[in-house]
Amino acid sequence: MVTSFAHAQAHPATAARAPKHILGTAIVRAALCDDTLGTLAIEGGGVISGASAAAGAGAVDAARGEMSGAEIILQALLDLGVDTIFGYPGGAVLPIYDALFNHPQIRHVLVRHEQAATHAAEGYARSTGKPGVVLVTSGPGATNAVTGITDALMDSIPMIVLSGQVATHLIGTDAFQECDTIGITRHCTKHNFLVLDPSRLGPVVHEAFHIATHGRPGPVLIDIPKDVQVATGEYIVPETIAHQSYRPQVTPDADALVTAAQMIASARQPIFYTGGGVINAGSAASAALRHLVELTGAPVTSTLMGLGAFPASDDKWLGMLGMHGTYEANYAMNRADLIIAVGARFDDRVTGRLDAFAPDAKKIHIDIDRSSINKSVPVDLAIVGDATAALTGIIAAWEAEGLHAQPLDEWWRRIEGWRSVQCLDFVQDDAADAEIMPQTAIRSLYAATRGRNPIITTEVGQHQMWAAQHFGFDDPNRWLTSGGLGTMGYGFPAAVGAQFAHPDDLVICIAGEASVQMNIQEMATAAQYRLPVKLFILNNEWMGMVRQWQELTYESRYSNSYSSSLPDFVKLADAYGWTGIRIDALGELDAAVQRMIETPGPVIVDCRVVKAANCFPMIPSGASHVDMILGSSDVSGTMDDEAKALV
Amino acid sequence: MKIKTSSAERHVLAVTVDNEAGILSKITGLFSARGYNIESLTVADISADHALSRITIVTLGPPSVIDQIIAQLDRLVPVHSVVDLTDNMHHVEREIALIKVAGTGDKRIEALRLADVFRAKVVDTTLSSFVFEITGASEKVDRFIALMRECGLIDVARTGVVAMARGN
Repeated sequence: MVTSFAHAQAHPATAARAPKHILGTAIVRAALCDDTLGTLAIEGGGVISGASAAAGAGAVDAARGEMSGAEIILQALLDLGVDTIFGYPGGAVLPIYDALFNHPQIRHVLVRHEQAATHAAEGYARSTGKPGVVLVTSGPGATNAVTGITDALMDSIPMIVLSGQVATHLIGTDAFQECDTIGITRHCTKHNFLVLDPSRLGPVVHEAFHIATHGRPGPVLIDIPKDVQVATGEYIVPETIAHQSYRPQVTPDADALVTAAQMIASARQPIFYTGGGVINAGSAASAALRHLVELTGAPVTSTLMGLGAFPASDDKWLGMLGMHGTYEANYAMNRADLIIAVGARFDDRVTGRLDAFAPDAKKIHIDIDRSSINKSVPVDLAIVGDATAALTGIIAAWEAEGLHAQPLDEWWRRIEGWRSVQCLDFVQDDAADAEIMPQTAIRSLYAATRGRNPIITTEVGQHQMWAAQHFGFDDPNRWLTSGGLGTMGYGFPAAVGAQFAHPDDLVICIAGEASVQMNIQEMATAAQYRLPVKLFILNNEWMGMVRQWQELTYESRYSNSYSSSLPDFVKLADAYGWTGIRIDALGELDAAVQRMIETPGPVIVDCRVVKAANCFPMIPSGASHVDMILGSSDVSGTMDDEAKALV
Repeated sequence: MKIKTSSAERHVLAVTVDNEAGILSKITGLFSARGYNIESLTVADISADHALSRITIVTLGPPSVIDQIIAQLDRLVPVHSVVDLTDNMHHVEREIALIKVAGTGDKRIEALRLADVFRAKVVDTTLSSFVFEITGASEKVDRFIALMRECGLIDVARTGVVAMARGN
């Protein structure tokens, strides 16, 4: 948010001089911002050297002497290994922006809306495992960031948000661009800080990173009044963060791990149900999961957030479970005698009707957040701890006890029966001028890009579910989607953030024509930094998932779900200096996808798809895993009030 | 369709927290955001350096919800510990109330006589009023207040419950 500080406060003579000065600054800044990807050297490796004071008290960085609050913040970010910040300037963060001018080691990405800064930071974080960093101004800058902060809280994404605040003496006076950022973000952050003394900035920034990345990851906000950015203080580097009260349990109970191994060994119908926690626990957790599955021979299903932790190309992969999960995954969950939940939280999108969820299964729940255990589904064995530690611990117990799995042939025979339903099949007219089914478009994209191990982001809606169903992920951190909050407008900025972290990788946002418009202004960001992101729009001219629910529940009364007055996306591409490609018929699809991949720079693809297509299988509201709708012929068009009341 | 409600148990939680700005809002906000009940809540700092506060919360909920409340409180960054004093634990609960009664003649005499029965102290008096201080379990305070209603009660201030486990 650009403030009108000059108009509000400056003397007319000062204001008249200002533009000349600003213009001079802008030229230098533009040169910095035009830096292409991958050319910036990254300093600082997260290891703080030279800190020698007594443990806990922290070390004063005496070599540098007193620094401004803004300088302390940037030095702390550098010491913590931060190379990229997503942000938008404004009056209350101008001191930090001025300090950034002298820190070219930190690349600042100028977004076009603060919400996009938060999603870009999420994309950066989810694709790297490192926390994403956001810088916004006070008032509207902070409130615009709230959606992305909440998204990061729901999906356990490590994020640091630095927000400017009005000067200390103005807090509480309804000053220009003042809002109660701490109050507003108190319940959508993992923790937040208001810093009133520049000498506290060093410890607080370090502590914020510690909190954001330890235990269940999440967003941490630091609110910094403008005078605290200007005033000087000492940069105190805490030697180790031994937080007095925040000590999440990461080491699982050893006895519970042995019990878990024994329960798995005695199960006849076991299934692994894995979630985003396995991704958050790092690639070692994915590797341990694969090893444990190999040892036990059990099938694997995953939540939306967990895709990629177990390879989709593996025989033991049943596909995603839940509302738009596969027939085989949901049936296997329903008929299992043991569910091993790893880093998943029995979300309502996963369980369906709770009293009919996995009625005959014992449940082991591995989670780093104790509050996830027994929240909606009571479990038989709770293991609180890090997923890597838990999975490797179960493997160690399995081997130490010399355990062997039960013969699972009968279980697999039944699974093959459910697989043979071929629940994801759909009818595609194969004429060259035929309309494209959305699933066909996703499969074409998958076939053309799988060799490049792309990073796929999505917006929210039907296209998101089709991408989850028809695009296969063999590795973690390559699938970025808004699962918990379901934020339309997430995918495109998340792709921008992921592309900054992976300049040489193919990053594709699969979008709907409605969702993409929620942050479409970021086309300018991609153009400015010459990011080669690909925006692949499944355009059916409907808010498809809303329309699908209206067909299921409200007798097809299409209240406000038509995407009217759409822009011409190819002309929009032209307007922003992108390449635009439109696909109308099946015969054009594969060649156009190839052209998208081969075109350097950002590309928007307006892929026209069958408008009436809906996303199946589907567990309707209030139904159990075995009451899936497999196709539109099963749709009755209405529901009772109890089902209507469920989201 | 009607909204359903479920039956609830009363639990007393002792929560030790960092004594920092906004902590009370964080705790009460968690209760309102997740739809938990607060029957009473007291807070004061308890350490020599004023770094820690103890919050005593009386809440109502089915056992699964109480378990969630404890887990949700426990994962907040400034929370050091959460103890359910009601859960298999003998504990004492006390509350202080200040109770103002106005009146003359028989009602005034009766109020003073009842205060003596309840071991309430007179902490302020005029020719036509008393302020009583009463300490005890909430039920005792409730009963005293109910009796005072008949004797010219005009004002009540209660602290809410503080509680502690018995023994060591």
